[in-house]
Amino acid sequence: MAAGLNRDKPGSQIKANIYSQAHIQLKTKSNLNQFILESKLSNNPSSLCSLKILIIHQRMAAAIEHTVLQFAPSSAKISAKLHPLVLFNICDCYVRRRDQAERVIGTLLGSVLPDGTVDIRNSYAVPHNEFSDEVALDIDYHHNMLLSHQKVNPKEVIVGWYSTGLGVTGGSALIHEFYSREVPNPVHLTVDTGFRNGESTIRAYITVNLCLGDRQLAAQFQEIPLDFRMVEAERVGFDLLKSTMVDKLPTDLEGMEVSMHRLLALIDDVYLYVDNVVEGRVEPDNEIGRFIADTVASLPKFSPQAFDKLVNDNLQDRLLLVYLASITRTQLSLAEKLNTAAQIL
Amino acid sequence: MATTNSNTVPRSFLQVASAEEVASPLRVVQIEGLVILKIIKHCKEFSPALVTGQLLGLDVGSVLEVTNCFPFPVREEDEEIEADGANYQLDMMKCLREVNVDNNTVGWYQSTMFGSFQQVELIETFMNYQENIRRCVCIIYDPSRSNQGGLAFKALKLSDSFMDLYRNNNFTGEKLREKNLSWVDIFEEIPIKVTNSALITAFMTELEGDSPVAQCDYDRLQLSTNQFMESNMEFLMDCMEDLTMEQQKFQYYYRSLSRQQSQQQAWLQKRRAENNARKAAGEEPLPEEDPSNPVFKLIPEPSRLESFLISNRIANYCNQINGVAGQSFSRLYLMKALHD
Repeated sequence: MAAGLNRDKPGSQIKANIYSQAHIQLKTKSNLNQFILESKLSNNPSSLCSLKILIIHQRMAAAIEHTVLQFAPSSAKISAKLHPLVLFNICDCYVRRRDQAERVIGTLLGSVLPDGTVDIRNSYAVPHNEFSDEVALDIDYHHNMLLSHQKVNPKEVIVGWYSTGLGVTGGSALIHEFYSREVPNPVHLTVDTGFRNGESTIRAYITVNLCLGDRQLAAQFQEIPLDFRMVEAERVGFDLLKSTMVDKLPTDLEGMEVSMHRLLALIDDVYLYVDNVVEGRVEPDNEIGRFIADTVASLPKFSPQAFDKLVNDNLQDRLLLVYLASITRTQLSLAEKLNTAAQIL
Repeated sequence: MATTNSNTVPRSFLQVASAEEVASPLRVVQIEGLVILKIIKHCKEFSPALVTGQLLGLDVGSVLEVTNCFPFPVREEDEEIEADGANYQLDMMKCLREVNVDNNTVGWYQSTMFGSFQQVELIETFMNYQENIRRCVCIIYDPSRSNQGGLAFKALKLSDSFMDLYRNNNFTGEKLREKNLSWVDIFEEIPIKVTNSALITAFMTELEGDSPVAQCDYDRLQLSTNQFMESNMEFLMDCMEDLTMEQQKFQYYYRSLSRQQSQQQAWLQKRRAENNARKAAGEEPLPEEDPSNPVFKLIPEPSRLESFLISNRIANYCNQINGVAGQSFSRLYLMKALHD
């Protein structure tokens, strides 16, 4: 009732007051780090006003009825998994962006796991034009590329979109709306290629809709936890992905050597820690102690003879294989020689 | 100094252009980390099926830069779908060009199991590519090996002398001897360099976990290699069998060749005796050659290509067995040291 009255005299002192209250209320209600209330009608002052009034209305009606204005039920536990390939792809696209383009935008592909986690596995850039606050995506391109990707891997579907830059910006709501039509609940990933915080900032958001009945009024970007799936990168080796130039791929034995060095360093660390604890230089930590005990206990107990036998048997097996392999090689070269000799005769 | 300068400066444009034509040999394949991750992703997702994809990049002097790649859909035999595949390739190239990706094809990649990639198909594909691109390369990735903490990437190309022979389809012993080509010389392995953009370097340095042990360390220190060895040996045995078959083909060929030769000799002697008799009788001698006689028909020599490829495969398995055995030696000694 009160809202209806207020609508008739916009611009009054009381309105600003009410707005800030509504603002605070929304903020506390959803407990967010990032808060953006974006109305696509926001350049129209009267509709802005009506939005505010609606919010007030909601406050007043809240006591009576909860259903009038609400955020779409947010699945609270959504999180995203990011595979390193996507990051590589985004960075590559950013490096290759067009002249004057300030950021790159693209589609994220992947799947939604049964527990609601969004698994982001692949991506491609979509060309776009940006004028002041308008963003025009090349939708044809987006569809073509999607078709091509689906031919290779039909299991990967659109899960959201990415943009470079720090956090959510003005045009984001529009693009997000476009992707919402492609897939329910798209994820928005931002990668700060400018390192504006002095560190790498990669964030994922989902939107929560603010609506009144059937009318959608605004979308709110809500940050969701992001998990880096670095296992693949670890398999390749950070040394390879971290430096700008690696002259040659490590061979098996070189890799082995590195691993052994690391293991040795770890063992040294443990020794040092245990020594320090024993000599009273470091406060003992029961948890670490338990870990060490578990690790030591995980070594199976063998009698030295049995262990020697095991090792020797294994060594002999391997030696036999090596022997067999070399004999095969000898056989090969011998056969070749004989073949050529047979020809000369 | 002055003389060399005067020699080099007054070259005409034509001379320069023709000099450029002589391509320097391909020395290094420079791959972006992005491409490595993409290939791994594609190959792993479809493993154990074997997949292929296209490599895009630039050809700079003796370095072949691979800056991007895209996967091919799983191939079907149907002709219609094959045409579809060509369309897909074009579409993809067009799309990638729009986001400023290098869109020169520089080769292709393919996955393999236990390194059994040396097949006739590979060579055929190579020749197809080679027709259009002067310098192309094939990157082979073995997902089965990466479970052991290794990074099984290989960049291959066919050697020039082999390509000559293949074009003329001359795999007879004589030609091979002339060219001095043996099975080792079919493929040339090119060293791989890995590059990353500065941006990626920055991100990866930031994101690297604090833990001093990475997944690849666990993989490398895994003690059980039996399964890998077993399948390697199995493949090796299969190959040996194939090779024996090929050898038998040759033996058969030589046997029939020598039989034919003795038949020819016998025929010739008979003809000569006949001629002598005719000469004695005052008649015209018969010609000493008779092309219509089946004895003189050439027996086609079987191609050596297949046996060469099998030899290559065998050598590859042997290498792998040696490599893995070497690794497990160090693992065993490490375990022994730990236990002591």
